[in-house]
Amino acid sequence: MAGHWEIDKELLEHLTKVSRLELTEEELERFTDQLRVILEAFREIDEVETDGVEPSFHPSELKNVWREDAARKWDWDPLGNAQHKEGRYFKGPRIT
Amino acid sequence: MKDVIRRARALDEEYNVFNSIAEEVETEGSGRLENVVVSVKDNICTRGMQTTAGSRILEGYVPPFDATVVEKCRGEGAFIIGKTTQDEFSFGTFNVNTPFGVPRNPHDPERSCGGSSGGAACLTAVADFPHIAIAESTGGSISCPAAFCGVVGLTPTYGRTSRWGLVDYANSLDKIGCIGKTVADVALLLSVMSGPDEYDSTVLRVPEEDFTGYLGDSVEGMRVGVPGEYFPGALDPEIARIVRDAIKGLEELGASVHEVSLPHTGASLASYYIIAMAEASTNLAKFCGLRYGLHLPLEGSFDEYFSRVRGRGFSEEAKRRIILGTFARMAGYRDAYYLKALRVRTRVIEDFRRAFKGVDVLAAPTMPVVAPRFDEIAGMEPIQHYVMDVLTVAPNLAGIPMISVPCGKVDGLPVGLHLMADHLQEGKVIRAAHAYEVSR
Repeated sequence: MAGHWEIDKELLEHLTKVSRLELTEEELERFTDQLRVILEAFREIDEVETDGVEPSFHPSELKNVWREDAARKWDWDPLGNAQHKEGRYFKGPRIT
Repeated sequence: MKDVIRRARALDEEYNVFNSIAEEVETEGSGRLENVVVSVKDNICTRGMQTTAGSRILEGYVPPFDATVVEKCRGEGAFIIGKTTQDEFSFGTFNVNTPFGVPRNPHDPERSCGGSSGGAACLTAVADFPHIAIAESTGGSISCPAAFCGVVGLTPTYGRTSRWGLVDYANSLDKIGCIGKTVADVALLLSVMSGPDEYDSTVLRVPEEDFTGYLGDSVEGMRVGVPGEYFPGALDPEIARIVRDAIKGLEELGASVHEVSLPHTGASLASYYIIAMAEASTNLAKFCGLRYGLHLPLEGSFDEYFSRVRGRGFSEEAKRRIILGTFARMAGYRDAYYLKALRVRTRVIEDFRRAFKGVDVLAAPTMPVVAPRFDEIAGMEPIQHYVMDVLTVAPNLAGIPMISVPCGKVDGLPVGLHLMADHLQEGKVIRAAHAYEVSR
């Protein structure tokens, strides 16, 4: 696998598999170059001193919010936008 | 009102601003938005009206519910005219990343409207009926098109408006805001849209505010900070001159101007993109050709079907961001990229917090350039698109409120003045923006 801040075709193919994205051979070639350039530009974050700094997952403090665990009625059809269905089930491709 | 749909269709013919237009005028309730037409960016769900987020993978998706912000507008008597065009999933700065119509800048049809809320800003500029646009920003998607189209764009504090019904790009960065012809318009729409929502646990639990109350307030004694990092050497000198003149204008109205520094501005671009792409790659995992949107014949295994649908339904930019975002979160890379970017974000937030101890608002140019030509954009590499966001990503990362107001033109193309304030201080940016607008 490629080192820190590098991306090669092998790593790219692995990433497309993991994220379930079919790319053409031409896209794979082109993306390898483009992503390499982008990652090079992102190196900038390495210049910032962050020892002992907490990561900010959100821009401000969030507090958890609670509600009653009570069921609520809704009136829309979950299958309304599905094309692959059978009875009251979504239908999907076979597992393997 | 009856004529509005015909007018909307004509504007769409000329400028490519809509992905969908309502068939008939429908309003319910009455209130602050009576006789006002409201357009909705196409990544915000509208009951019974197609919502694509600018992507082929959601073509044909008709939500069975309204986003909370849309419901609130309907409740105040607004007519929801249609869905405005955008970059796919808000991935873009020029509104060219979409298989649907690319909007044309009203000041020059060979130029971009800016993105990702390009359709919203364009329609706002050209509409000849009372209209305010619901738009959305993750890294600058309200400010940029507002600046390029010469209209007003208001991005509220993160958590001010509910994101229920928004097709997520990045959950810690997305904010629903508004674009209008005037500061009064955006202040009104934000007042209607903001407030707690039981469906979005990240909405800040703060008292409701009528932001129109800040219109007309004097800026006498207001402290305006000018960050040196936002006037880099690469900035178009004409833009720098126009924006500095605008800041002088605020001084003439009684404000005091101070130089400030936001030292982590440079690193904020990389920090923003790594975080946004990481969050986007998980959010886009839900699009797989099953419950809604693009479907293909059910052939092959799960992996083969998902990969084929996603390969077909996503445009290039979406694919690049999914790949980079997945990379940033991968075991072995996560600390160096994702967590590092989040630590840099803390530094960026600290920069703003420190600055706001000494000033009320920050003032800077919204964009480093005026609207580029489509043929210039076609020749740009992806990284060249990203660096255009250099002046908007930091305040978006910090989740602070900001407003872009028109402050002049370069060769006939609009320039935006960007005013920013601390969390929950929309009142200050509205006050400053309105005072400036009225004085022009």
